[in-house]
Amino acid sequence: MTDAFDLFRGTPSYIAPAALCDAVNVAVALGRPLLVKGEPGTGKTLLAHAVAEGLGMPLIRWHVKSTTKAVDGLYVYDAISRLHDSRFGDRDVRDISHYIRIGPMGQALTATDRQVLLIDEVDKADLEFPNDLLRELDEMAFHIPETDQTHTATQRPVVIITSNNEKELPPAFLRRCIFHFIAFPEPDLMASIVGVHHPDLPDALARQCIARFYKLRQVGSLRKPPSTSELIDWIGALVAGGVPEETIRKELPFLGTLVKHEDDLGRVERAMARWKR
Amino acid sequence: MFLDLFYALRARGVPVTPTEWLTLMQALAHGLAFSDLVRLYHLARAICVKSEHLYDAYDQAWLEVFRGIETPAQIRDEILDWLKNPVLPRELSEREMAMLEAMDLETLREELEKRLAEQDGRHDGGNRWVGTGGTSPFGHGGVRPGGVRIGGPGGGGMAAQIAARRNFEAYRTDQVLDTRQIGVALRKLRRFAREGARMELDLEGTIHATARNAGEITVLERPERKSHLQVLLLMDSGGSMTPYSKLVSRLFSAASRASHFERLEACYFHNCVYEHVHRDLARWEAWAVEDLLNTLDAGAKLILVGDACMSPSELMTRWGSIDYGHQNDLAGIDWLRRLDEHFDHAVWLNPMRLPLWSHPTVQRISDIFPMFELTVDGIEQAMMHLSGQRVEPPDPPEGPVRGGGWRHPNAW
Repeated sequence: MTDAFDLFRGTPSYIAPAALCDAVNVAVALGRPLLVKGEPGTGKTLLAHAVAEGLGMPLIRWHVKSTTKAVDGLYVYDAISRLHDSRFGDRDVRDISHYIRIGPMGQALTATDRQVLLIDEVDKADLEFPNDLLRELDEMAFHIPETDQTHTATQRPVVIITSNNEKELPPAFLRRCIFHFIAFPEPDLMASIVGVHHPDLPDALARQCIARFYKLRQVGSLRKPPSTSELIDWIGALVAGGVPEETIRKELPFLGTLVKHEDDLGRVERAMARWKR
Repeated sequence: MFLDLFYALRARGVPVTPTEWLTLMQALAHGLAFSDLVRLYHLARAICVKSEHLYDAYDQAWLEVFRGIETPAQIRDEILDWLKNPVLPRELSEREMAMLEAMDLETLREELEKRLAEQDGRHDGGNRWVGTGGTSPFGHGGVRPGGVRIGGPGGGGMAAQIAARRNFEAYRTDQVLDTRQIGVALRKLRRFAREGARMELDLEGTIHATARNAGEITVLERPERKSHLQVLLLMDSGGSMTPYSKLVSRLFSAASRASHFERLEACYFHNCVYEHVHRDLARWEAWAVEDLLNTLDAGAKLILVGDACMSPSELMTRWGSIDYGHQNDLAGIDWLRRLDEHFDHAVWLNPMRLPLWSHPTVQRISDIFPMFELTVDGIEQAMMHLSGQRVEPPDPPEGPVRGGGWRHPNAW
């Protein structure tokens, strides 16, 4: 593998398995958007931060909400300010370009150096949202009708799109993406992830925590099984609270950091009672 | 042989398009996956497979194509061969042909060979390929950027081993069914529309129209946006349905939780629909089908759920109902036809797996209603059918139709 291609290998604080690195590198090399799916808390959003850090590029974030429209990411024409100014005469209202605000995706496309653009939780928006971005993602260019300007990216940004699977994404959009599904980490990988976040944690304690964590995930029908980010928080709480290893072996202190749902707490307590027997 | 992967994927229902295949070729042209087969495995998956539900199908296709390929050199030769004489997927469009020409295979091949020569020289200097000389394929990925490398067996067989583990079997949608998945599938039916009188102030539109109109107030109104989706869910509660009761109740709970139906009516029937359906499982509260047809208009979506297995007389003859004391003047099949005529869109979901659909009454009913399996895939297709898209229901297998030879798969 040439080094020119093999750009991303994770960062000191983000451990990326080989498959994920490969997916990122393909997306970077081909200039295609990378679509990342996976259980909540497996580090989809963090990946964009890690890629930006690993490749030494600035990161632009675009957090999608249910009301977000595709054009908002490119630019917003602030007609209200213009109306205000026309009444009170603060600025020159004849020049519309004063009232064009470039959105996150527009910034990534107009920047002079290569950017990492994170489009977070693309499935939150309307069903048509991804389709409305097809042309811009293909050509990495956009047009502003109000000022009749076309901006074309000089450097194709690295686009990372995350989805929580709340809605199906349209096939035309999927075809253009590189796809990676972040599977839940195996215990070995989890141990190294924990090692990165809590470097001073004694090995025995880490092993104990991870064992308890995977046992907890096996409790049937949890509404929201705890994920990587919750494990890291939990270990943080245990370290801060100075909880000894034997206690963790017997009980689950600070359960609230792991299990966030009322019904789940009940299920876990019943399961723990079974384990003790 | 390399193209075999394309067809193997298609054969397993992974919707790889020629465009994606060309993207893969482009990626290979960048010299991306020649050092080891594991990388090729990741690369092809990232480009060709767009859903974790299809990862397992991909693994199977990979196994079929690459089982027995021991060294990456073999696959490299395959790809070089392919580049020398590119055989293309048959269904290339003109645009895709143009894309391919733009790739300029000749230079691509030269560059590739150059790169290969370089790498050969730099590392082993012999006939072994870079990356297999004792280091694990995993080592490349930088699992720990600090420099810790995970050991493991080297060689090209790794990718096949990874595929053979079939880690993603649990994500298949043609098998797994939980309420959330059904809920997502039911959302395919969602269709909001602005219909009827203008009654709602379009605030944003008004502001924009006013601003654009240089400050002259321009009021815009629009009809309210709401869902007009009415759904009638008819479920078989007959004895042969007992093994599937959990499945059906999950469907029911997903449907009743779905917030995008304006109206959901759920009723039960026993083996076949006759004059009445019942609003409760115990079949106390009857609802005349005539009435039901009067209250729901043709735009409502009808979903029937049942195994469609019954004695042929229950379906085909007058007074055939299984319920003792119930004398139906119209044969069950005629009632089903009336339902089908009334509703523009209707589907039948069958909890039995497709290979068991050889029962004669299943065949008769699937002639009337498009019948789909009660799996996530099946529900999705059924929902697409209900929303007016053209979806071909699966073909039931030809079975031993002669009388008496067929027993219900759950019969003891």
